[in-house]
Amino acid sequence: MRYGRHMTTTYAVLSEGLEKRFGEVRALQGLDLAVAEGRVCGVLGPNGAGKTTAVRLLTTLLRPDAGSARVAGHDLVREPAAVRGAIGVTGQYASVDGDLTGRENLRLFAKLHRMRGPTGRTRADELLDRFGLTEAADRPTSTYSGGMRRRLDLAASLVTRPAVLFLDEPTTGLDPHSRNQIWETVRALKSEGTTVLLTTQYLEEADQLADDIVLVDHGRTAHTGSPAELKALIGSCAEVVVAHPDAMSGAAAVLDQLTGSEPAFDEERRAVGVVTTDPTLTLPRLVRELDAAGVPLLDASLRPPTLEDVFLRLTDRKELVT
Amino acid sequence: MSTLAYDGTAMLGRQLRRIRHNPGLLILTQTMPITMLLFFGYVFGSALAMPGEEYRAFLVPGLLVATAANGIMTGMFQAAQDSHRGVTDRFRTLPMSRAAVPLGQAAADLVVTAAGTVPLLLVGLAVGWRIEGSALEAAGAVGLLLLFRFATTWIGILLGLASRSEEAAGQLGGATFILPLLSNAYIPTDNLPGWLRTAAEWNPISAVTTALRDLFGNAPVPADGAWPVTHPVAGSLAWCAVLIAVFLPLAVRRYALGASPTR
Ligand SMILES: Nc1ncnc2c1ncn2[C@@H]1O[C@H](COP(=O)(O)OP(=O)(O)OP(=O)(O)O)[C@@H](O)[C@H]1O
Ligand SMILES: [Mg+2]
Repeated sequence: MRYGRHMTTTYAVLSEGLEKRFGEVRALQGLDLAVAEGRVCGVLGPNGAGKTTAVRLLTTLLRPDAGSARVAGHDLVREPAAVRGAIGVTGQYASVDGDLTGRENLRLFAKLHRMRGPTGRTRADELLDRFGLTEAADRPTSTYSGGMRRRLDLAASLVTRPAVLFLDEPTTGLDPHSRNQIWETVRALKSEGTTVLLTTQYLEEADQLADDIVLVDHGRTAHTGSPAELKALIGSCAEVVVAHPDAMSGAAAVLDQLTGSEPAFDEERRAVGVVTTDPTLTLPRLVRELDAAGVPLLDASLRPPTLEDVFLRLTDRKELVT
Repeated sequence: MSTLAYDGTAMLGRQLRRIRHNPGLLILTQTMPITMLLFFGYVFGSALAMPGEEYRAFLVPGLLVATAANGIMTGMFQAAQDSHRGVTDRFRTLPMSRAAVPLGQAAADLVVTAAGTVPLLLVGLAVGWRIEGSALEAAGAVGLLLLFRFATTWIGILLGLASRSEEAAGQLGGATFILPLLSNAYIPTDNLPGWLRTAAEWNPISAVTTALRDLFGNAPVPADGAWPVTHPVAGSLAWCAVLIAVFLPLAVRRYALGASPTR
């Protein structure tokens, strides 16, 4: 399959300047996304960043106010039906029928995907089995636990093999076992060539699953890159803990001078942190400089950044990560 | 069009399954008129100028139509439930006909209403109501009743899709019980004060009720009154045509636009 061409890569999702407002709220104000075919793209953002709105636009549930996008090679606004034929969606909120049983739900969705008679029934049974729902298959889904409903929701998006799968916070609220099951599913789909766009607030999840990460903040693309690229962009995190609150400003001054970047404070822990891309800044040097400046050090560390650091740094939030 | 028929049938099946798993609302809306028939027919009937048996025969068509008007409530409730529980979102992302979801709901409602009307008719027969006209006219009466139900369901679907929450839909739906009170379904309108009488006679429920009484041969068509009541069959058909022409396209459009909030 060849989708929207862009240089030599083909993109399964390509959006430019997507905008959406709800009355006064500008949920999206220029979202650019480029997800290469066959890759897993993690859309990462805090509450209210616009992740769900982005997914709803890209899955034809909402119409953009401005901007354009192609999904699986089809224009979102002009060919919504073709887009719907190529995608699977699991929204942030359950979208199965609570009054029907798990089996009835999957059979219905199979039928609506034009799988007639025994084909649809077999597919429903396969999916129930794959997601560990066979035992609960004949209970109304309103009696399912959150994790079971989530798994059924995912199964419902996989009735046909979609070219592009959208997952909006697929593991929020799940226990580690269910979460792993969903991660495994995503990996299996990727190995079968499905393009996956997933949103998440969990950095670990993006780190584990995503080939590319898009940081979204205030409805805009704040940054794009692989997990490694994003980490390299920031460099390392230096953090020092001082003996008494009065020493924090002194420590900050030294860190500022060493790295040229603005320190962040955690008053409670009496910690000051800073990020640096300077390879000559080693832990011994850090300690020496602070000691020379008379800062009463209790603890000092220099570690590679987590995605959390990247996230807080690139989305303009100054709190220190603990 | 065949897409619509195929998807519509699938949605009809879904709706019937839902009702089978969850028959509460259906049982309530179908046993209510039976209770009312017995209560009104024997308690109120004794205080009216009309003899009891005659009043009960007068009341049965009224209750049939009042029950059909519940289509607003059930249509609203089901549509609101769907759109606020997110399953509608899934349908909207499937490569299926957009009109199929509301159409399937309306069709299922029709099937269920047709079946649910039988007990009321049986109780009606037991308390003295009779089909006095021809079989053809009686069939016409049933057809008209179902057509009216179909029309009111679309009002409900539109309101349900437009509602802010399931609770809001439930409350507004509950308020629709006053509609038949402002009609000739339970009482003759002749003695109402002028303006109230006019309002009641322009209530679509009055036209359909009068048509049913006429077609079942329970009561003659009033000689004077508002046009829909003095020409009840034409008046009912006109009302149904107007309601369907207005509310069906609006509801389908509303569904396709999909303005349900994210939460
Ligand atoms: N239907 C709506 N009506 C009004 N405002 C809305 C609507 N949907 C979203 N918003 C607003 O748009 C902004 C983006 O919301 P969105 O749900 O896309 O964020 P999100 O990144 O998915 O957040 P979360 O992590 O909490 O799911 C928020 O300020 C939200 O309040
Ligand atoms: Mg969200």
